[in-house]
Amino acid sequence: MPTKAELAALMQLPDDRGHFGPYGGRFVSETLIGALQDLERTYESLRQDPEFQAEFDKDLAHYVGRPSPLYHAERLSRENGGAQIYLKREDLNHTGAHKVNNTIGQALIAKKMGKPRIIAETGAGQHGVASATVAARLGLECVVYMGIEDVRRQALNVYRMKLLGATVVPVESGTRTLKDAMNEAMRDWVTNVDTTYYIIGTAAGPHPYPKLVRDFQCIIGREARQQSLDQVGRLPDALVACVGGGSNAIGLFHPFIEDGDVRMYGVEAGGYGIASGQHAAPLSAGRPGVLHGNRTYLMEDDAGQILSTHSVSAGLDYPGVGPEHAWLKDTGRAEYVDATDDEALAAFRTLTRVEGIMPALESSHAVAYALKLARTMREDQFIVVNLSGRGDKDIHTVASLDGIDV
Amino acid sequence: MSRIKDCFARLETAGRKALIPYVTAGDPSPAVTVPLLHAMVEAGADILELGVPFSDPMADGPVIQLACERALSHGTRLLDVLDMVAEFRTTDSQTPIVLMGYLNTVEVLGYGNFATRAKAAGVDGILTVDLPPEESDDFIEVMRAADIDVIYLLAPTTDESRIKSVCEKGSGYIYYVSLKGVTGSAALDVAAVEEKLKQVRRHTDMPLGVGFGIRDDASARAVSQVADGVIVGSVLVNRIAELATQPQQIPEQVSRIIAGMRAAMDA
Repeated sequence: MPTKAELAALMQLPDDRGHFGPYGGRFVSETLIGALQDLERTYESLRQDPEFQAEFDKDLAHYVGRPSPLYHAERLSRENGGAQIYLKREDLNHTGAHKVNNTIGQALIAKKMGKPRIIAETGAGQHGVASATVAARLGLECVVYMGIEDVRRQALNVYRMKLLGATVVPVESGTRTLKDAMNEAMRDWVTNVDTTYYIIGTAAGPHPYPKLVRDFQCIIGREARQQSLDQVGRLPDALVACVGGGSNAIGLFHPFIEDGDVRMYGVEAGGYGIASGQHAAPLSAGRPGVLHGNRTYLMEDDAGQILSTHSVSAGLDYPGVGPEHAWLKDTGRAEYVDATDDEALAAFRTLTRVEGIMPALESSHAVAYALKLARTMREDQFIVVNLSGRGDKDIHTVASLDGIDV
Repeated sequence: MSRIKDCFARLETAGRKALIPYVTAGDPSPAVTVPLLHAMVEAGADILELGVPFSDPMADGPVIQLACERALSHGTRLLDVLDMVAEFRTTDSQTPIVLMGYLNTVEVLGYGNFATRAKAAGVDGILTVDLPPEESDDFIEVMRAADIDVIYLLAPTTDESRIKSVCEKGSGYIYYVSLKGVTGSAALDVAAVEEKLKQVRRHTDMPLGVGFGIRDDASARAVSQVADGVIVGSVLVNRIAELATQPQQIPEQVSRIIAGMRAAMDA
């Protein structure tokens, strides 16, 4: 564990060039630099602006429905044994996931910048839905890029986006998943940069995105920290969150960075198992490289080509990860583990049956690891698990694994 | 003198502008690339930009994305591209070659290792699309030590202070991106390009190449009248894609496009 001074330094990151230690930065073509500089300037002035913050807080309260509850899953904790499990209920947010915290914030920036059109990439479709939702509310045009493989897996969310008035563009290049959707969104942005705001959905990409997405998602950790103090009388022993790009995890973790006694576990998608090579766990099994505008851990081959990933959950099916997680790993402040498809599916069923809460397959990875971790802990300890999204969108995936056509 | 400097000096003496074609190495198959490079030189190309295939060419349009996918389907790696350059050099010691690609393939090799091997193969310059000057201090140092020019992009959206910094850090030539968009985008506005190049001129004596949106003889000619170099890619790569099943025709067919542009530029 880093020293107190080192933890305080971690809280201050990124530096003014967007670096988290050796990670992050702004690795993009010159054609995007101007747009990123504009965004950075606008964001830096808005984050100091009490009026902007008040508008954001008001939307979170009255549109998103915050604060989200911190729920003590008593029956689950009892049946599982060991530490008490508390669920941070981001699944209860408007649109059903944590993604909306960020899209509300970024849409407000888009509005301030006078951009009439927003674009987004999406994997599971949660960020696409959250973007289409804020676009509908603000009367902005919205185009969502989505890998054609994910369009198939997440048909329900595709239709939701269309109902909300967004155009969903299926992406057929590369591996046809989230990373390719991000490539296409970047291409759109560079072409239509005068009129368009790109809402990146995860805490990755070129500076200032990892910082601003984190800042908007930190509401999760700030609430969870206060709720722990109010409801339990102390801070949790551990935090657990799933990590694809890592926005829900960094939102939970960041406000606890200086609380050195609170352990943090990011759970990557183990797919068919790390040993199989068929997974989406760059922090567990990848190495540092440069993709999508930032230096971070990647899944790549010996020649630096990005590998295709596998996860049962579309939202975790990404070969990179946010740069702040890369640095939290290297500094030892957070630990990164994995849960396989099967473990996540089992956790999905367990939480549904035992607590009547149906988690997203992404969040099920966090639940799966938390159940294991809890069993190694005492009953008087407690874990906060970020239940980042609800599972309605995944019902047909789970049903088809059961051989049922819904 | 470096091959790139030498090339622009010769062109200046002759009163001509540089024609700089781009093709993706290994597209549609590795055997095509070296004969294609020679054929393009014969047809009038002055400098060759050789694309290093990457799985996620974010700044490129669908044409070059697909070229990368074709090349990667045969497993064309950066080291294979260097082998192609070395093979090309056995019979052409004069034409400059610039590698163009994305940083990650170079990072994996390590900057020093890459620079040594690239120099030995006969590479003259490198343009890493996703490595802006702010992030490239180490990179420049290593490439300079190996005598490899680091070529940077400038865009219509680049402001004055960045133009200055790019001109200070870059060498070889400047690649001016003529329009907002990815490679293979729509037509360019020559008057706007001319205006911007004048602004760049105030900061550097380096040759200014212009790329993006040059798709025929007329646009090559128009750009050659305001720039030092005309960079053409997607229109060639498109032709390669059309001939992917008859690869033996590629050198000749692509050269025809080059020859047409050459004639238009020199007319």
